[in-house]
Amino acid sequence: MDMSDSVAVARARAGDSGAFRVLVERHSRNLFRLAYRMTGHQQDAEDVVQETFLRAYRQLGKFDDRASFGTWLYRIAANCSLDSIRARKRRSERQETIEDGAPDPVESLPDPAPAPDRLALSSEVERRVGNALDQLSEMERTAFVLRHYEGMCIDDIGRTLGVQPNAAKHSIFRAVQKLRRALEPLVSST
Amino acid sequence: MTAHLSEEQLVMYYYGEGEDTPAVRAHLDSCEACRAEYAHVQRVLNVVDAAPVPERDAGYGAAVWRRVQSRLPLRRRFFLPVGWPARQWAAVGGVAALVVAAFFAGRYSPKPGTASQASAGQVRERILLVAVGDHLERSQMVLVELANARPGEPLDFSAERERADDLVAANRLYRQTAARTGDARVASVLDELEPVLLEIARGPAQLSAEDVDRLRQRIESHGILFKVRVVESTVRRREQKAVPGAAGTTL
Repeated sequence: MDMSDSVAVARARAGDSGAFRVLVERHSRNLFRLAYRMTGHQQDAEDVVQETFLRAYRQLGKFDDRASFGTWLYRIAANCSLDSIRARKRRSERQETIEDGAPDPVESLPDPAPAPDRLALSSEVERRVGNALDQLSEMERTAFVLRHYEGMCIDDIGRTLGVQPNAAKHSIFRAVQKLRRALEPLVSST
Repeated sequence: MTAHLSEEQLVMYYYGEGEDTPAVRAHLDSCEACRAEYAHVQRVLNVVDAAPVPERDAGYGAAVWRRVQSRLPLRRRFFLPVGWPARQWAAVGGVAALVVAAFFAGRYSPKPGTASQASAGQVRERILLVAVGDHLERSQMVLVELANARPGEPLDFSAERERADDLVAANRLYRQTAARTGDARVASVLDELEPVLLEIARGPAQLSAEDVDRLRQRIESHGILFKVRVVESTVRRREQKAVPGAAGTTL
């Protein structure tokens, strides 16, 4: 019989690592999806998933039994993703300082052979959407990813982000506004 | 509803979140301009959907568990819960002193050179590595609490402050040991960690929003949390290798 999240949490708190394993195996794929949407990088998303479970394990004592374990885990994953995004930004800024405007040797290579049209369009869409999401503030991106991709209701997003539902709602709205502006050319051409 | 719908109303309608959903629907039925605007919102959000996510198969959760599992038992073995009273945290510093003292007692006592002496040395190495690894992990927990604090909000940091107070003494001992044994990397990170722990330990139990931001900026600007994580991970790897029969380590 499947162990419910609340039973697994109670057992994990008592030191049953098998129960924590149930939680890891149950939630990993969803967390990866969220982390990938947030960070846009596979390796970063992998690290976020791992870090989320390590943090969750350390903080099991703080988990409120009345809350949903999944939502609590999403909140930790969203914070880990934000840490990862910030760390990547810092690395990128340092890299830019070091290069000091020198041309990227990879970018100066000739373009590879053109892919089939559909593949090219798909990767172009992916790149533009990725760039558009990168333009969002941390709060906007998190709120948007949780609402748009994960289908979380605004109240839960507010709880996840630790803000009032209205603030979460406005973040989603601002995110869509920015995405509309950024993706306008793409939408007009289709 | 006579005026046109706002962009916010259209976005919320798309997500089924608006309070006035029936009114918005009725307006869309009768207003061509708003219908066109809504269609645009739909097209943009459909394009956003087109960005794919790499698939993870059904065995992914088990793979994550294998990676996570190797780090959980170490914490469980030595983890001291947040709610521990101060005297129990104080014991941590005492244990650190004992571990270091035992390490040096074994290292500098004159003994005949035997195989068992080499083995005893490796056991001491391992004990010290485990202790330093746990020290770094506990320090990390204090720093993570700070790093995860909400910007612009005050923070009750009393429990972490007590922990930091005990970690300072242990940190000093481990730093000196690392320096003496020529482990410059560990010594350097512990050297950077110490003033931060000291500042937390000597600071107020209730941090103001400014205190939180200042401490967090200090941790971030020096990359202290990252360095502690990296060195902890290195120490853990060395700990696994430092079993009898394996090559010796510097710390």
